[in-house]
Amino acid sequence: MPSTKSGHPEIFRFTVSPRQPKDPRSLGYLADAHALGITSLTRLVCNDLYFIEGSLQAYQAEKLASSLLSNNITQAVTWQRVGEEATGKPPGGQSRDEKVVVEVALRPGVTDPVAEEIVRSARVMGIAQVQRASTGLRFELYGAMTARDVDLLTHRLLANSVIHRSEVGEIQPIFPVDAKASTKIEWFPIRDMSDEALIDLSRSRRAALDLAEMQAIQAYFCKVGRDMTDVELECLAQTWSEHCVHKTFKAIISISNYENLPIQLQAAYPGGTVDNIMKSFLKSATDTICAPWVRSAFVDNAGIIEYDGFNEISFKVETHNHPSAIEPFGGANTGVGGVIRDVLGVSAKPIAATDVLCFGPQTVSIDDLPEGVLHPRRVQAGVVAGVQDYGNKIGIPTVSGAILYDEGYTANPLVYCGCVGIAPKDAHPRTPQAGDHVIVIGGKTGRDGLRGATFSSMTMDAQTGEVAGASVQIGDPITEKGLVEVVLRARDANLYHAITDCGAGGLSSAVGEMAGVIGAEVDLQHVRLKYSGLAPWEIWLSEAQERMVLAVPQSNLTNLANICKTFDVDLTDIGTFQPTGRLVVRYGDQILLNLENDFLHHGIPQRRLQAIIPREQGRSQPVTMSSSLDPAQALLRLLGHPNIASKEAVIRIYDHEVQGGTLLKPLVGVAGDAPGDAVVLKPVGTRGQVALALSAGINAEYGKVDTYRMAASVIDEAVRNAVAVGANPDRIAILDNFCWGDPLRAEVLGDLLEAARGCYDTSLLHRVPFISGKDSFNNEYLGKDGARHSIPPTLLISAIGLLDDISQAVSMDLKTPGAVLYLVGSFKPDWGGSHFHLVSGSSGGGVPVVDTINPQIYRRLFQAIQNGWVNACHDLSEGGLAVAAAEMCIGGRLGLDLRLEANQGLLGLFGETNGCLLVEVPENLTKVFENIFEGLPIARLGIVISEPCLRIESGNLLINLPMEDLLVAWKGNSRVSISSNLQGEKG
Amino acid sequence: MKPRALILHANGINRDLDVAQALELAGALPEIDHLNLLRQRGTSWDAYQMLVVPGGFSYADALGGGRLFAIDLMAYFSDQVLRFIESGKPVIGICNGFQMLVKAGILPGREGVHATLTFNSSGHFECRWVYLQPRSQKCLWTRGLMEMIYCPVAHGEGNFLFDQPTGADLLAENDEIALLYAREDGLLAEGVYPHNPNGSMRDIAGVCNPQGNVLGLMPHPENHIFSFQHPRWTRHQSGYLGLQLFQNGVNYACQN
Repeated sequence: MPSTKSGHPEIFRFTVSPRQPKDPRSLGYLADAHALGITSLTRLVCNDLYFIEGSLQAYQAEKLASSLLSNNITQAVTWQRVGEEATGKPPGGQSRDEKVVVEVALRPGVTDPVAEEIVRSARVMGIAQVQRASTGLRFELYGAMTARDVDLLTHRLLANSVIHRSEVGEIQPIFPVDAKASTKIEWFPIRDMSDEALIDLSRSRRAALDLAEMQAIQAYFCKVGRDMTDVELECLAQTWSEHCVHKTFKAIISISNYENLPIQLQAAYPGGTVDNIMKSFLKSATDTICAPWVRSAFVDNAGIIEYDGFNEISFKVETHNHPSAIEPFGGANTGVGGVIRDVLGVSAKPIAATDVLCFGPQTVSIDDLPEGVLHPRRVQAGVVAGVQDYGNKIGIPTVSGAILYDEGYTANPLVYCGCVGIAPKDAHPRTPQAGDHVIVIGGKTGRDGLRGATFSSMTMDAQTGEVAGASVQIGDPITEKGLVEVVLRARDANLYHAITDCGAGGLSSAVGEMAGVIGAEVDLQHVRLKYSGLAPWEIWLSEAQERMVLAVPQSNLTNLANICKTFDVDLTDIGTFQPTGRLVVRYGDQILLNLENDFLHHGIPQRRLQAIIPREQGRSQPVTMSSSLDPAQALLRLLGHPNIASKEAVIRIYDHEVQGGTLLKPLVGVAGDAPGDAVVLKPVGTRGQVALALSAGINAEYGKVDTYRMAASVIDEAVRNAVAVGANPDRIAILDNFCWGDPLRAEVLGDLLEAARGCYDTSLLHRVPFISGKDSFNNEYLGKDGARHSIPPTLLISAIGLLDDISQAVSMDLKTPGAVLYLVGSFKPDWGGSHFHLVSGSSGGGVPVVDTINPQIYRRLFQAIQNGWVNACHDLSEGGLAVAAAEMCIGGRLGLDLRLEANQGLLGLFGETNGCLLVEVPENLTKVFENIFEGLPIARLGIVISEPCLRIESGNLLINLPMEDLLVAWKGNSRVSISSNLQGEKG
Repeated sequence: MKPRALILHANGINRDLDVAQALELAGALPEIDHLNLLRQRGTSWDAYQMLVVPGGFSYADALGGGRLFAIDLMAYFSDQVLRFIESGKPVIGICNGFQMLVKAGILPGREGVHATLTFNSSGHFECRWVYLQPRSQKCLWTRGLMEMIYCPVAHGEGNFLFDQPTGADLLAENDEIALLYAREDGLLAEGVYPHNPNGSMRDIAGVCNPQGNVLGLMPHPENHIFSFQHPRWTRHQSGYLGLQLFQNGVNYACQN
């Protein structure tokens, strides 16, 4: 038995191993290793490691081992003082196989909620000596592996060097070193700097500010007559970052090839310039539509619409691409956490989460990956686990989403996270009053995510992981759950005058924004830190998660503190709002920052950018078809394409039922496995019949060909999906999220202009206002080869629509044999950007247009749905009519017998079109249904049959496939990697 | 008079409002209280007729679902909890609440039976609807239920297993297996995924204590209390509400 030493801190090491030979987590890692091509690994055992610091007696260590750290039915545990022999026996005796041990632990300073719980719980158990704890994993690897195999496994699968340390053999515990609090600030003599020196300063501080911006800053300091502090530079870099101020969207853009454009395009851009994309194309559409039910657009942290007369609904979608590229779990995790705080930032209760994810092909070979890039399988596993972890733990249903694959996303995945909230009308206060306290609630502040706002505004390179790594963010959903509990109670008790979340830019952004009109003075000495040693600018800029800032009058402080105490939420008073029009930041007596609001928020010079409008857009390319593809084979390949195939494996690891309001679920139909067009929610506690639909439109393939039509198409798709489940076309609002390349490249910017113009035109056509939007630029990757790896221009449109009556909601699964199937809408199938091209290797054609009659189609369909004439409804999207029909068959486990107009052939089956839906109508209602579409395109395609089989004729029999074939093709490859899920479960 | 139901809240519990709604609909007066508030007040729980431990991720499921919640509960409230159980009043733990009751040693609660809830055999979290066959006539929550319950599971650690197979026999002999995973046609799942979504031994979805007043179950009957929550209501399917279970509990509380 180990003896107790005294004098210096002792550290105990606990190893917890699975008793079952078929441990699911170990098997998951093994399967992932094989998928990465490391087949020499024959067996893997994954153990948990815990390090606990404190002068423990042996019986106390034993108690921790058996009652806290392990489950004695499923796990065995050994423990030892670090540096001594272990007590206890490992399960099943020693194996005689060749074994390599790799141990992985979190880097010091990385958020580790489990470690915090160990310390807390040990004390609850009466073991007060426990000082600190940390966690890790121990992998025992068996098989004839080479050193390279072990190295690959370690770095590609078992550890991510951004947050983990790893060792072959036993790892030694490390805790954050207690450093002295640093109050040192740096002064920059900016007034005397040359242009070159200005640029150097911007670059060396990773400020991402250009010369014009640095000069504006210089001019300000010349005016006030002093040098600039590092805190001021960092604060300006954050406030003026692309991420926070959207300078590309607000720039003056001149079109350099204006003279050469066709007349119609010239007319679309009067004078060849665009002053502020956001105003010209997005806000102006909303202003023109002027819907009375839009309660807040582009102003608050989230867009807000009227709901049922008593409540309002808020919706926000954000991206978290760059953090997810370097640490997928943490990146996605904090992406979800961040957008939930946006909704909390409009005083709303979060009721649903959405996620749309874009990854590289899962099958890419490790050898083909650019340096510093994580394998797409790992990215997907980590991102999905990150979304799952946050949503499930905080108790918000993750209800809708999409997953797309493209080589363009290999180095730069896209992670769109959305959140919907509900609040009583007019419950959200927005104006801090003079004398209100600046109150921070939630987590402590560390070096997490430093410079995230500027990081996301730069192109990634192979070094990005290393540079940003030391400060990567990891979320803690339970702490954020506490924030939700506190904020909603504080709102109902009218305890605050304003609230915002700490997101990118941390306190700098949150306090800066809140004080943007009135002014504030704060003292960073009061900010609670995770560990000491942070420089003042680090405290000010830290993106530590799970914090909100509130403006609270003195008289309410005690009440708020009491609520916080109940939910174990930290509250810190860091200063006051003052009617000075200035932001002042101190550390004790020392003034770190003293800027006029007017300069901080309005001093940024408007960017001037050049765009080249791609001339070939909208023009159809000659079609080259690959030789003689059998339609049935083409359909099966389409159903199995990763973009179209079932996402059930992912959807089912998200809790989409919590809160009990998910009434049309993401998976619908007889077997609960068919893809719904949109989900329908009715938030708990709301009265009446009103419900809301959530849907999305996104299409990277169209974006590669024609960004104007892409934008038009994805808006049409998002609207169409909402209408398909019964949403009222006059009560749909949309959100835009642009993910683009580097806007300083004129072609990239030209693509953006065209997409924005498409947004404007289509928003007006459908009369669906934008209520919120976000843009993410520099989604490119500079490889060591010097080549740029860029993503396809990708626009996500998220729609939120209201159903007048929940009982009218329609699902897409076929219902009744003998019922009639109609195609409604302007059916103009085209090949450009089609998924048929992806599975057949053919090319050419144009991206489908959005017909001006589409709004009429959707309104007539809505009428038919309201009248109860529609059994089922599904929109045509990727893969065209045949895929939509197949999915409806899968949903109802019923068949269809369809006849297309002769001579349409492959184009009719697989060509893609906007504005169209397949609608199942009971036989006795066909007449009234046809009447309602009088004067509009509608075709009776055939009937629903009980035989589970899809038959489509067009002249001759083109497709005749049994249900089993459809199911095998569609559900075949839906396995998700699981090892990272369990990592998530643990974290 | 409507029975008062105490719903325990701890950091990370997230289906507290769901179960409150179900209890209200079933005729109880639900009251959600955080452990911290209960500690602060220090008042007795005798005024309540029902005790409910809801689902969620208490303390982030660190070190296993329900473990830290159990440590807190037993450190601060063991007298109250044990008295409540001994009094025979209805107690229910759902999902994380079930995990907590198991980790606290309250369930199964039969001498010589050692059971736990661990990671699903699939290795991942699972959200899907399942059929449950009410079995136990000893358990006041399931006694007399004539039809199945259809409701979602949403958990990663719902695999109920014993250290010895005899544990299951002992529970079965004593009518303490309350709910079993079944197929739509009413036959038992027999371990087949996804009818049995987590690999639980003998398809066990819920168990009760020897007294029959404490029920623990992994699935969420509180998420099927309206017909619009049924996954196939657009196909005009309905019934098998989870509400029955709560009505049973509330009726018992009213009569005793």
